[in-house]
Amino acid sequence: MTDIIHIIQTKYYYLVVIFLMMIGLYTTISSMNLIKKIIGINIFQISVFLFYIAMAKVKYGTAPILWDKAKVYDNPLPHVLILTAIVVSVSTTAVALALIINIHKEYGTIEEDRILEKQKLDFDRSNIA
Amino acid sequence: MVTPLCAVALIIIFSNKPNLRESWTILASLIKFGLIVFMLPTILDGKVIECAIVTVLPGLDIKFKIDALGIFFALTASFLWILTSFYSIGYVRTLNEHAQTRYFICFAVAISATIGVAFSANMFTTYLFYEMITFSTYALVAHKETPEARQGAKAYFVFLFGTSVAFLLSAIFLTYYATGTLDFSNQGIFNDARGKGLSDIFLIVTFGLFIAGTSKAAMMPFHAWLPRAMVAPTPVSAFLHAVAVVKSGIFVVVKIVLHLFGINLLAELRLGIVLAYCASFTMIVSSVIALRQDNLKARLAYSTVAQLSYVIFGVALLTPSGITGSIMHIVIHAFGKITLFFCAGAIYVAAHKTKISELDGIGRKMPFTMVAFSLASLSIIGVPPLGGFISKWYLIKGVIEAGEIALIAVLVVSTILNACYFLPVVYKAFFKELPQGETTERKEAPALMVVPLVLTTAGTLLLFFVPSIFLDLAKMVVAGLN
Amino acid sequence: MKLIHEFPVLIIIIPLIFALIIPLVGRLNRILPWIIASTITFFCFLTSIFLLFTVLDTGKISYWLGGWEPPWGIEYVVDYLNAFVLAVISFIAFIVSLYSGRSVEAEINEDKQLAFYSIYMLFITGLLGIVITGDIFNMYVFLEITSLAGYAMIAMGRKRDALVASYNYLILGTIAATFILIGIGYIYMATGTLNIADLQERLPALFHSKMVLVALAFFTVGLSLKLALFPLHTWLPGAYTYAPSVVSCIMAATATKVGIYAMLRIIFGVFKIEFDIHFIPIANILIVVSSMAIIAGSAVAITQTNLKSMLAYSSVGQIGYIVLGAVLANQTAMTGSIIHILNHALMKGALFMVVGCIVYKTGIEDISGLRGMCKKMPFTMAVFTVAGLSLMGVPLTVGFVSKWYIAIGALNAGMGYLIPVIITGSLLSAVYIWRIIVNIYFPDELPEPELLYTDGGTEITDNDTYSEAPWSMLAPTMVLAVLCIYFGISATAPLSIAEKAAVMLSQ
Repeated sequence: MTDIIHIIQTKYYYLVVIFLMMIGLYTTISSMNLIKKIIGINIFQISVFLFYIAMAKVKYGTAPILWDKAKVYDNPLPHVLILTAIVVSVSTTAVALALIINIHKEYGTIEEDRILEKQKLDFDRSNIA
Repeated sequence: MVTPLCAVALIIIFSNKPNLRESWTILASLIKFGLIVFMLPTILDGKVIECAIVTVLPGLDIKFKIDALGIFFALTASFLWILTSFYSIGYVRTLNEHAQTRYFICFAVAISATIGVAFSANMFTTYLFYEMITFSTYALVAHKETPEARQGAKAYFVFLFGTSVAFLLSAIFLTYYATGTLDFSNQGIFNDARGKGLSDIFLIVTFGLFIAGTSKAAMMPFHAWLPRAMVAPTPVSAFLHAVAVVKSGIFVVVKIVLHLFGINLLAELRLGIVLAYCASFTMIVSSVIALRQDNLKARLAYSTVAQLSYVIFGVALLTPSGITGSIMHIVIHAFGKITLFFCAGAIYVAAHKTKISELDGIGRKMPFTMVAFSLASLSIIGVPPLGGFISKWYLIKGVIEAGEIALIAVLVVSTILNACYFLPVVYKAFFKELPQGETTERKEAPALMVVPLVLTTAGTLLLFFVPSIFLDLAKMVVAGLN
Repeated sequence: MKLIHEFPVLIIIIPLIFALIIPLVGRLNRILPWIIASTITFFCFLTSIFLLFTVLDTGKISYWLGGWEPPWGIEYVVDYLNAFVLAVISFIAFIVSLYSGRSVEAEINEDKQLAFYSIYMLFITGLLGIVITGDIFNMYVFLEITSLAGYAMIAMGRKRDALVASYNYLILGTIAATFILIGIGYIYMATGTLNIADLQERLPALFHSKMVLVALAFFTVGLSLKLALFPLHTWLPGAYTYAPSVVSCIMAATATKVGIYAMLRIIFGVFKIEFDIHFIPIANILIVVSSMAIIAGSAVAITQTNLKSMLAYSSVGQIGYIVLGAVLANQTAMTGSIIHILNHALMKGALFMVVGCIVYKTGIEDISGLRGMCKKMPFTMAVFTVAGLSLMGVPLTVGFVSKWYIAIGALNAGMGYLIPVIITGSLLSAVYIWRIIVNIYFPDELPEPELLYTDGGTEITDNDTYSEAPWSMLAPTMVLAVLCIYFGISATAPLSIAEKAAVMLSQ
């Protein structure tokens, strides 16, 4: 029991990361709405970003900017990596949203079950023809 | 080897001019036969011609080695190709078949693949040409493009390609893994396998896979493709299913027994006897089935299944006479069976009859054809003075050498069955009255068809009186094993 | 500083720059984008061939981006393995871009054609980047560039299903990429480096660490998703089926191959085989999974009626072969797996190109559409036959070479029971390919043909007339088919490279 409390006290940031990650994945899997899926993906990705940021923290370290009062700096590399990853994430979201707009144009809905119904109709129609 | 392939190109180029196209076929067959005859003296001197074409992978070459056994088979196949070419021309023109160019192309590819099997120096090359035969003859079996033809061709492909990939290829994998080579050798590459610590079970499994994989040899239960493939035009049935396809299957089995496993190993494992009993089973059962067939080609097909097992039977005895007999049977059966198929084709072309029950009195209308038919069937039954007697003689000698007296009974029963399914046909043709409304006026098939079948009949006779070339070659094969 | 030394980076930069230039100059002339794309991919091909020969001559090439010394800077490394993969990818990219001219006109809306070429260049950049980089995070970035370009290209399909397929791929692809990102995070935590060569040195000491174990798990799942290893393949059939033919072609021939390359690099390069033996039996799991992929992929392919989705499921099976060869972890099987990267790219590329030709001419994607096409499109159908036989693994085609190596490798690894799996896979592929070949040459009932004219009593119908795809599409397709046979007859050249790469990986 004390172990668990200890872990919660010292590693709480990882728990937050895991919590967010699960929320994100669950949303992506469970929701039928395409936009909500994207939101889920975003939460999932952000949890990973936080994971990187958390691991970059060095005890008593300051932001990695050259500063005469600082003795220890945080590791700047994960920050940089995450900057790149954020760019990737933003562009993925952009592409996804563009797709959703087009899907809405074509199918008139962004609910996955409705789209599946319509796809089935399409399929049957093409088979008859 | 290459001649037929050149012919393929020429056939395509001249596809619009039938005369030119067919003269290329004939020219190619003549040149090919000439080349093989040209190589014959060298081989008879006991030499071996080898040539490597290309290395596909390290350890896997396409390589040719022309030895006594190979040239034996090549000689038979290429000689019969000449006759079949003439016969085919007569057949397809009389019946005005469609897609004649494709027909001749596939024929040429099939024959070059057959010669490829005959001359291959390792199992990989053999496998390669073995598959090539399957693919090229598929088109011939499906030639008519009717639903039945497609069904037959499908069965043909499923059996031949399916078993060769599933079993033969696995067996080749195992062989290469165990021995590191696929090159045929006179003692067999598994000869010292037991010394190398390969378990008996491994060897038995590999051997079983090999035999199951060569379903072209039509051992039961892998024979079902052969009767179904009879939907093909008759020259195809004649040549491919009496000579090229089935004989290449048999040839591969012979190669596997003699040059992959070696007779010593098989004798130690007692696999030879097992194989001989399997072959006996096929012999008897398929002869009985043949009795019940009314369609002439179907009866011939089941007879082929039975006759092929003679060859396997002889090799499986693992004795010198048995092997000689089985090798002789390759050529003798080829001549006999091709004559019979030619006759069936001639009857179809001249009288449009396919059923045995319709053949009453046809000997009076088509005397040449039916005399040839009678002689060929007597040869297959094994009556002297016809070729079939020689191989039967050696086979019986082989059985005695092997000390398996029970198997003599098999040969005797099988011979009686052979007589039972052939002689009624001959009897009907000559001694029964023609059905009403038909005149006895002479009506043979075109000369292009009759002449080849007369020649092959003459061949069966000649094989009895002067078998020396073939017999010498067969004896060289046996001598080479020790 | 000579230009030649800059080749490793130029091969990435040039397509990237032209991805931006194409939309600008493309307005001037309609065929200009196609010409540019072909020239650039041809340049990439030449460069990669040059790199390949240099590597064969002198060994590993290392290029320091911006002059920063690794492990601080990003390093581009070219060794036997990726020089080989680079050559394969840039070659296919070149062939496909030659092919794309007419096919794009036919299958992509006019307003999107310009965008297609631009994104295509981006896609190639990403593919080549993944292969050439020596930095694991950089690999992730390129992986995402490739995937994003891929989503966009798939969505260009004419049918509206393409959008949904693309969206599904996007969701799964992003999850996969994020998993890979987590994996990278874990090994960075454990080792403090991102350079692949550096990781190779430092990881073995840390193999007992749970962190490394978790990293491997994330990598395996993430990469399996990206390369569509059964049962994580669900995005692939939809994506390949609804994408324009050019896109299916380039994706089938290269994108999954790059995924496999990444897997070879990370799971077998960074995490060694020993790791597997001592800690978790990841290889055994992958053997089971890939065997299932071979059987299931091929079996499902038989049930398909759409030509493209049949080929897509067949890809799932073929990916199984490649992964199977890799996880058997001996040199022979590994060689087979690497050579199958080339071989599968050749044959699947050719097959999808054939589909493109058929769609161009008839607009039919159904298997029944091929019925009796041998007179109409003899060359296309010949290519289909050759590539199809290759897929079946008939000797003298490339398919046989890789199957041979994987099978012998399985025996060498003492896993003879995998032989039936390999054989069954080829039999199943024989079923779905041969069925079509028969339909092409020996059709059952043809659809009522349109009577064109009568020639001396014989009726000349629509089915008999020669109506082949344009040469700009046909020629590249035939090049691939010829290579299918050439490398099947004489496989020594690519094999020697693949063997060296296998030796390098299994060290």
